[in-house]
Amino acid sequence: MNTLLWGVLPYVAVALLIAGTFWRFKYDKFGWTTRSSQVYESKLLNIASPMFHYGLLFVLVGHLMGLFIPESWTDKVGMDEHLYHQMSLYGGTAAGVLAVLGIALLLYRRRTNTPVFKATTANDKVMYLVLLAAIVMGMWAKLTNSSPSHGYDYRLTIAPWARSLFTLQPDVDKMVGVPLTYQIHAVIGLLLFALIPFTRLVHMFSAPVQYLFRPYVVYRSRDETQLGSRKERPGWERTKS
Amino acid sequence: MRVMAQVAMVMNLDKCIGCHTCSVTCKQAWTNRTGMEYVWFNNVETRPGQGYPRRYEDQEKWQGGWVLNKRGALKLKNGGRFKKLAHIFSNPKLPEIKDYYEPWTYDYKNLTDAPLGDDYPVAEPRSLITGKPMKIEWSSNWDDNLAGAVEHGPQDPMVEKVREQAAEKVKFAFEQTFMFYLPRICEHCLNPACVASCPSGAMYKRNEDGIVLVDQDRCRGWRQCVTGCPYKKVYFNHSTGKAEKCTMCYPRVEVGLPTVCSETCVGRLRYLGVILYDADKVTEAASTKDDKALYEAQLGVFLDPDDPEVQRAAEAADIPYDWMEAARRSPVRALISKYKVALPLHPEYRTMPMVWYIPPLSPVVDALTETGHDGEDADNLFGAIDTLRIPLEYLAEIFTAGDIAPVRSSLNKLAAMRSHMRAINLGDVPDHTIADSVGMSAQEIEEMYRLLAIAKYEDRYVIPTAAVGDAKALEESAVPDTCSLDHEGGPGMGGDGPFGQDSGSGKKQLPLVSIENFHAARKRQTSDEEPADVREQQ
Repeated sequence: MNTLLWGVLPYVAVALLIAGTFWRFKYDKFGWTTRSSQVYESKLLNIASPMFHYGLLFVLVGHLMGLFIPESWTDKVGMDEHLYHQMSLYGGTAAGVLAVLGIALLLYRRRTNTPVFKATTANDKVMYLVLLAAIVMGMWAKLTNSSPSHGYDYRLTIAPWARSLFTLQPDVDKMVGVPLTYQIHAVIGLLLFALIPFTRLVHMFSAPVQYLFRPYVVYRSRDETQLGSRKERPGWERTKS
Repeated sequence: MRVMAQVAMVMNLDKCIGCHTCSVTCKQAWTNRTGMEYVWFNNVETRPGQGYPRRYEDQEKWQGGWVLNKRGALKLKNGGRFKKLAHIFSNPKLPEIKDYYEPWTYDYKNLTDAPLGDDYPVAEPRSLITGKPMKIEWSSNWDDNLAGAVEHGPQDPMVEKVREQAAEKVKFAFEQTFMFYLPRICEHCLNPACVASCPSGAMYKRNEDGIVLVDQDRCRGWRQCVTGCPYKKVYFNHSTGKAEKCTMCYPRVEVGLPTVCSETCVGRLRYLGVILYDADKVTEAASTKDDKALYEAQLGVFLDPDDPEVQRAAEAADIPYDWMEAARRSPVRALISKYKVALPLHPEYRTMPMVWYIPPLSPVVDALTETGHDGEDADNLFGAIDTLRIPLEYLAEIFTAGDIAPVRSSLNKLAAMRSHMRAINLGDVPDHTIADSVGMSAQEIEEMYRLLAIAKYEDRYVIPTAAVGDAKALEESAVPDTCSLDHEGGPGMGGDGPFGQDSGSGKKQLPLVSIENFHAARKRQTSDEEPADVREQQ
């Protein structure tokens, strides 16, 4: 069981993430969008969406720090476990609260605003479930295993395991004895990775950083090879007339 | 000098009767789809009025277009690159569907299915967004023909501006009111703010004809273009989650046909043609300090196709010969650069729009005639222009950033043309001082008259085809390189080809053009004779 969860599942999830993203890019560029519902409702979204997204970005930074900066490095710069814990607890909780509040507001909006609710697909519902579960479980794991002075030091167990995945020799044993809540959070997180390419979450990969560097006005030539109509593609529904 | 060609449009507002045929045919052709119910790539507004979407000209609210920063450089009004990315998770300046209008249908089924009763069954309106019964309170042309003008007219942002200067000029009392129609499509700007706003780089201006398009495969639905466009002519398809906009009917323009809105225009008020411009000068012209100088600055960007230097540069820039020829014969260039009667729509947005308008004179003539004066007498007309029912100030706010001079000059030319031509029609000798007074020769006036009053189909639409330049590619594409049956849907499935469901069966891969059809169609469309005569000629 341990091998399956901590030795196999991560690779399956990442493989799905990579292959799925590639597949989606190749076959469904038209469906690759944020599918924003802002034209239906703007007021609540203007508060909730930045809250959630920025919260999540901070959470992401926290995860990267926690998992990929070894404890020995922080020790070297004079940051002991206690200090690190304080930072992780308050910083992480603040980011988490932001994200949870954001997604709670977004879900409330999605449920109560008729046009937004009508635009919600089954795919979206599954995605929201997993996303919400991952965030809530993460908060729960952190808060139930911490006190202001001392907390569970995942940097001795989960982090080395996560890093060992990259060496293709997963240190499965490190995950034995990790609190159950952390384990559940990790599994849901991996599930979320696998789901990304198949849901609207793909829009995270099109973060338009290149906008900062390109000239304002884009010129393009007509596609000489594409005269006349092209083949039908997914998402291009026929007009009903 | 970097010569580029632009397919541009001029609309003669004198002739617009507000019939909305352009809007309806455009909608039929392009936006009668789920997700696009509220979208009109072409709409006709009654001015004064709020427009569509409501009060779109209020840029303090919607933040469209460009402004100059402290150093005098162009900057998107909605904020620079970093600000745009920081706001990417929600766009605070995005119009909601309700700012356009909530689209609806009627519950027609009730008309036949209602149980027997004392009352006539009615088809209640149902929202196309929520599916629920709704109260219809606004639409894309709710204030059509000044409907509710007393209530809505004062909310026109341009009326507000004029009233700041001359309160008594704009009135909505029944006897004193005025109106004209303003058909609007995408401006296909030389300095498009929507393109500049697109974080994904999905929007682009085509090199060949300057048409601004959205790459549907690259659009990621960040919605910044909707805000960026000061004319609010980029729309968000709420079903696909992508931006869509007026395409200048590029599949038609590419084969030399006018856009659907032009083709179907009942008043024949639209002109389509090529304008050459210097792409290197665009930014500089758009950064002109004084708003009121922007109109002249844009004229300075356009190039004269008869200038040998321009011709050499155009050749170097690979502009095909027939495009140069079209630029020379371009009715649009004549109205914009030669006669200078057409004016841009809101040059102060600094996007260098390329759909221009000839301001309306007709209400003056009518008003004059009503007062017992000779409505076509030059002296009467010139005098009346300054006391127009449509105040010059109002037209100037729309067309020249508030500068009255170009509007007055344009209207004076139109008035001079009327007097001059009346003399000719009555067999009198035209008074040459009339032509002189507007800085035109009698010959020029008569040429302008031909273009404005009797221009035929081929004079109004001078569109070089993309096909001639790509004749070889076209020939090759006429023969599909795959079997016409081996695509999605399989053998015998048929489907919508470029010619609709009934043209050919299942040959989806047919190229869009067939040269014979094009010429045959053109002949049919442009000939003045009865079809029987045409047959005799052949």
